Amino acid sequence: MTTVDTSAIPVAGRGGASASRRAAPYLLAFVGAAWLVVLFLVPLISGLLVSLMTGNPEQGYALTWNWAIYRDVIAGGNVPYLLFLGRALFYGATATVLTIVIGYPMAYFIAFRVSQRWKTPLLSLVMISFLVSFVLRINMWKFLLGNDGPVISALHALPFVPADFHILGTSAAVIGTMTYNDLAFMVLPIYVALERIDPSLHEAARDLYGHRRSVFLRVTLPLSRAGIFSGILLVFIDCAGDPVNSQIMGGTGTTVIGQAIQTAYLTNQQYNVAAALSTILMVALGIILFAYARVFGTDNIEDLV
Amino acid sequence: MTTTQPHGRPEGPGAAITLTGVSRRFGDAVAVANLDLELAQGEFFALLGPSGCGKTTTLRMVGGFELPTTGRIRLAGVDVTALPPHKRDVNTVFQSYALFPHLTVLENVTFGLRRSGVAKAEAVRRSEEYLELVGLSGYGRRRPAQLSGGQQQRVALARALVNHPKVLLLDEPMGALDAKIRKSMQLELKRIQREVGITFLYVTHDQSEAMSMSDRLAVMNAGLIEDLGTPQRVYDRPATQFVAEFLGTCNIIPVTTDASGARLPDGNLVEADGQPAPTGAGWKVGIRPEKLDLAPAGTAGAGPNRTTATVTEVTYLGASTEAQLTTPWGGRLQAYRQNAGADTMLRPGDEVDVSWRASQCFFLPPAPGDAVPAETAAPDHEEAA
Repeated sequence: MTTVDTSAIPVAGRGGASASRRAAPYLLAFVGAAWLVVLFLVPLISGLLVSLMTGNPEQGYALTWNWAIYRDVIAGGNVPYLLFLGRALFYGATATVLTIVIGYPMAYFIAFRVSQRWKTPLLSLVMISFLVSFVLRINMWKFLLGNDGPVISALHALPFVPADFHILGTSAAVIGTMTYNDLAFMVLPIYVALERIDPSLHEAARDLYGHRRSVFLRVTLPLSRAGIFSGILLVFIDCAGDPVNSQIMGGTGTTVIGQAIQTAYLTNQQYNVAAALSTILMVALGIILFAYARVFGTDNIEDLV
Repeated sequence: MTTTQPHGRPEGPGAAITLTGVSRRFGDAVAVANLDLELAQGEFFALLGPSGCGKTTTLRMVGGFELPTTGRIRLAGVDVTALPPHKRDVNTVFQSYALFPHLTVLENVTFGLRRSGVAKAEAVRRSEEYLELVGLSGYGRRRPAQLSGGQQQRVALARALVNHPKVLLLDEPMGALDAKIRKSMQLELKRIQREVGITFLYVTHDQSEAMSMSDRLAVMNAGLIEDLGTPQRVYDRPATQFVAEFLGTCNIIPVTTDASGARLPDGNLVEADGQPAPTGAGWKVGIRPEKLDLAPAGTAGAGPNRTTATVTEVTYLGASTEAQLTTPWGGRLQAYRQNAGADTMLRPGDEVDVSWRASQCFFLPPAPGDAVPAETAAPDHEEAA
């Protein structure tokens, strides 16, 4: 928006009016820029600085440019942070794939198979769970899937279900709630992308001897790529850094990096460790997303395959 | 009118496409009513009509995008009425072109061939041939968005033609082009059609487009074909008042009928070559403005097909002059005169004798509820924004 061509606007007077017009784009960009500086750049730098401090909770921390913290966190120490990071990325990736598998057909159905007047109600249904706090919702899942809950009790009544069968505390439970929480973040962008496809493109594909499968694979899917791309960004980032799902639904074997950061910060008051872990997570996500955008975010995806 | 080879009505087995008793209803609305149509092999056929007349619905039924409510559609003798689009040997040039934005020009053109199982190298070779035919060789690696409207249309044409369909359907393909490109595209399209020899079914609401390109045309109104024939025949001898007025401008004068024949409101006899004098009420006679002869009052002599009028308005248009006339019974006439020299100038207020030849007027039957003017017809449901 900062590239508005003010020269095309007829200037009424030579005085203050034209000057303020020329300044208008910068003023419009100011709020956004200030937002980025205060809420993104400042925390980023201060986080980095905190990670380079040394000290302890009693005597306080001082900036000593202790870069060795990164080596300690990754390689040394008795807490397997790298495992937690890898697990978080794995959970995030799995949940992302699941939201695509479940969300794409939903979006497709609402975009193409439903009459106009049902689209808005169905989209509202997709989002309706957001009306309740997600912590509350996950706790409800915990109750439902808990060892004394209705689901497990019912399953245990079946003869072929082993007596120690449980859901709570497993990776599946964590990934499942992540998928449940973020489904709408996948459905909505895909729906928007599908809805934007000109119906005559489908007709053209059918006209050019494309049967159902090839119309979908060669026209619908590539044209909804932008929606999948946005959905992946939203879901993956949210899930990879999230501590709550694992905390409520998981067990000892499902600790993720988000939880480790929380523990380091709140329980152990190791501010430098928490900050270093945050930075590592951010850099890891940044590299993954950058690589992903380079490969799939280009206009010419079909030139790559 | 550049009709080169006027086709007669084709015979059954050789027909490229045959529609028998085809109709299409949308709820209570009848889009197409009991349509019979037969296109000859290699013919350029135009389906002409105002918005909402059912021409696009007809095209979509041939393409397989709509199922007819009744009737059969045959393609080279084979019944395709219930076949889906991808199983019909028919291709469409869509109004909005519908080029795949995520594919290159070449990939767009090879799309149909690849889907019907042609090997990649062969598909590319044939596609490049057709891109050359439409004057776009060397554009294969571009994306549709990088092309102008006229170029996109050529890609759409190549993409459809490369499959050698039995019939090519064109849905107002010039609609999005500006007037100048449209003119050159018309000539181009006609040339391409002659070169490939494929039957074209061309839907348009632009009468000059239909007349300049087609071998035969049909004028549709309210789901019915009102007239069908060579452009020249339909223009010179339209079957109904609607057709007469939709194709160019036409003077329409109501006539009364008695034992001696048809008479103008001022009592003069009207005769039309090859048409018996009508009987019954509600008939009209139509004469094109360029067919009216104007002479100074009292010089024209006696006989049928003449009347007197007063000039009310004269518009000089360079190559021709347009005159508005009022007849003694208060009717209004329009006359065009070529400015070939010699002629005396007309002035408002001049009394003139108006006459025409019996070969150049035509009787029009009474229309049910009188003809609907083109502008007030309901909008096409498929009209793209």
